[in-house]
Amino acid sequence: MKIVIEPGRAAAHYWRDLWRYRELMSFLAWRDITVRYKQTAIGVAWAIIRPALTLLVFVAFRRMAGLTAGAVPDVILVLAAVLPWQFFSTALSESAASLISNTGLISKVYFPRMIVPASAVVTAFVDFVVTLALLAVLMAWYGVTPDVRLWALPLFVLQAGALAFGLGLGLAALSVTFRDFRYVVPFAVQLGLFVSPVAFATSQVPAAWRTIYSLNPLVGIIDGFRWSILGGRVPIDAAVMAMSVAVTLVALVAGTWYFRRTERGFADAI
Amino acid sequence: MSDTVVSIEGLGKRYRVRRSQSGDRYQTLRDTLAHAASAPLRWLSGTSSGAAVFDDFWALRDVSFGISRGDVIGIVGRNGAGKSTLLKILSRITEPTTGRVTIDGRVASLLEVGTGFHPELTGRENIFLNAAILGMTRAETTRKFDEIVAFAEVAPFLDTPVKRYSSGMYVRLAFAVAAHLEPDVLVVDEVLAVGDASFQKKSLGKMHEVSRGGRTVLFVSHNMAAVQALCTRAVWLDQGTLAREGPVSEVVNAYLRSGEQPTTALPGQPLRAAPSLDLLRFDLSPNPLTSGGRLNFDLAFRAREATTISELALLIYSPLEVRVAILDLRPFGCPIALAAGDTQSFRGAFKSVPLVDGEYHVGFGLRASGHAADHLRLAVLRVLGPPPSAGIVPYAPEYRGVVEMELEVSPAHG
Ligand SMILES: Nc1ncnc2c1ncn2[C@@H]1O[C@H](COP(=O)(O)OP(=O)(O)O)[C@@H](O)[C@H]1O
Ligand SMILES: [Mg+2]
Repeated sequence: MKIVIEPGRAAAHYWRDLWRYRELMSFLAWRDITVRYKQTAIGVAWAIIRPALTLLVFVAFRRMAGLTAGAVPDVILVLAAVLPWQFFSTALSESAASLISNTGLISKVYFPRMIVPASAVVTAFVDFVVTLALLAVLMAWYGVTPDVRLWALPLFVLQAGALAFGLGLGLAALSVTFRDFRYVVPFAVQLGLFVSPVAFATSQVPAAWRTIYSLNPLVGIIDGFRWSILGGRVPIDAAVMAMSVAVTLVALVAGTWYFRRTERGFADAI
Repeated sequence: MSDTVVSIEGLGKRYRVRRSQSGDRYQTLRDTLAHAASAPLRWLSGTSSGAAVFDDFWALRDVSFGISRGDVIGIVGRNGAGKSTLLKILSRITEPTTGRVTIDGRVASLLEVGTGFHPELTGRENIFLNAAILGMTRAETTRKFDEIVAFAEVAPFLDTPVKRYSSGMYVRLAFAVAAHLEPDVLVVDEVLAVGDASFQKKSLGKMHEVSRGGRTVLFVSHNMAAVQALCTRAVWLDQGTLAREGPVSEVVNAYLRSGEQPTTALPGQPLRAAPSLDLLRFDLSPNPLTSGGRLNFDLAFRAREATTISELALLIYSPLEVRVAILDLRPFGCPIALAAGDTQSFRGAFKSVPLVDGEYHVGFGLRASGHAADHLRLAVLRVLGPPPSAGIVPYAPEYRGVVEMELEVSPAHG
């Protein structure tokens, strides 16, 4: 094997190396999960408690606002949105912060840097899978049975992961250069919660606002979740879905592009 | 030529160092936006921006040399000469700005002991994690696991989190993982400076073994004795340029003769001793010291954040960079918990310093919040010979070893 090192040459075997280092990606994800479960006294329970509390707050909020309506129990309707939201937001914030929190690795070892934000998304995915158990239990309790549409669920999970990864790549690269991004991201994530259909359903958004509202790619993802879990009792709109997929693809391509463009300078700047 | 494993041609590395008014190392979005907002004004007044914000700094400049298969190359040079930068380029961590390197084979690098070790994980878990980070596959690690554990001598503590390890165990384990990589080219930065004497001996032995196995090794060290013992050839870097390259004794002698002074004490501002600690003061007195005399020391730290100093030791190195003494300060209060902003000073004295005259480097090693750091060349201690006994000229310092022993003899004729 011959390695040539030259200015601008780093790109040469990038994707091949990325594949070669895939084991490292799962090791980093495994490290983060193991450490978290060792550090927090409540361990695995934490993955459940967080969405459960969010669920409680939102359901209570809906009661007070008189939003409860429709064929679906509120708890299920909200949880079907809390889960993808939490997966997305955790994956996004963790991957955006991942380079900064692994400075030691980046300045001392070679590997394709994309491994680091990718492993953050994998970590968030593992948590998400745990929380699916909560959904399954509550659905059984309320007697909500999914139909064949459930098979589409992995597609929406994939989309949520891809969106978080694309945005996470860009934000991670930006936070190497601009250290104050670490304050920007949590704030943006918090805002995102209020413009996404978590506490409400898309049908409750006034028609005049629909177009601008559906520019938010999470609308399609969350609607898709509800649609596939609730067996179509919540409708989806083809235009909204198409928009959501398009925005996801743009985020993925732009994030990858920016990350790859700045990556070679990470070790020097970090 | 077929036996050239690494060839380096015209290698250069430029760092752009941000010149900042606030003294902040990092750029912030806020500054950049403010800068952009004021840009039209600057444009109108005709002063150009951009160039004013960054300084160019060449850490390496036009370095060329070749390495043959099986060579063990020592890289020497003072702090900031570009040694680590060279190794980082060879390990593909950073890109060169100019030039070209061709390497025939797999490279593994050990730029720091224990990169990626996580204090909460057990020894066993860390072995697998660290091996993956260094580029070993899980299968390879499983195959070499027992060997690694045996080398590190941590078998009874495999399932203990490494935060409970002594620093000796920690370093041994970390080195053991790296030592069992099987690359064609092994790149090792100043990692042997940490750890105790038996570890150093063992790891040097391991490096010997690695190089005898026909592997090519690049090895940075301040320990000239180790470089001479281990390497066949050496490269001396001086301010980013290649000062000399050739057989090891030639290069090392030239380097030592160049009479270079190691960096001394603190340059007026605190030194970041560890991520959580600044070093405010590091004084030795008297300096110069008369051999056998009492040496007072005074060092002070300030915590940047809440932290615990669990280990602290002063280290003395000979002119040949051999460790002469380690003065363990753990019995004097460690572990010490500090809140953010607290200062902690250590004042005391070595009751007697019976060293042969010459210049010694004094520094310290510490562990704070699980993070180990060494600062080996903080001050130069000049030791003056004791007053000679009447009428006899002492042997020259280079013949006298390191320790000036006190002698009591009763000559008797029988
Ligand atoms: N990421 C970086 N950004 C800016 N300057 C750097 C960076 N890394 C190293 N340098 C500078 O490059 C020079 C060479 O550093 P280094 O290779 O670490 O020296 P050595 O290992 O020989 O002590 C030093 O002056 C150092 O300050
Ligand atoms: Mg160095």
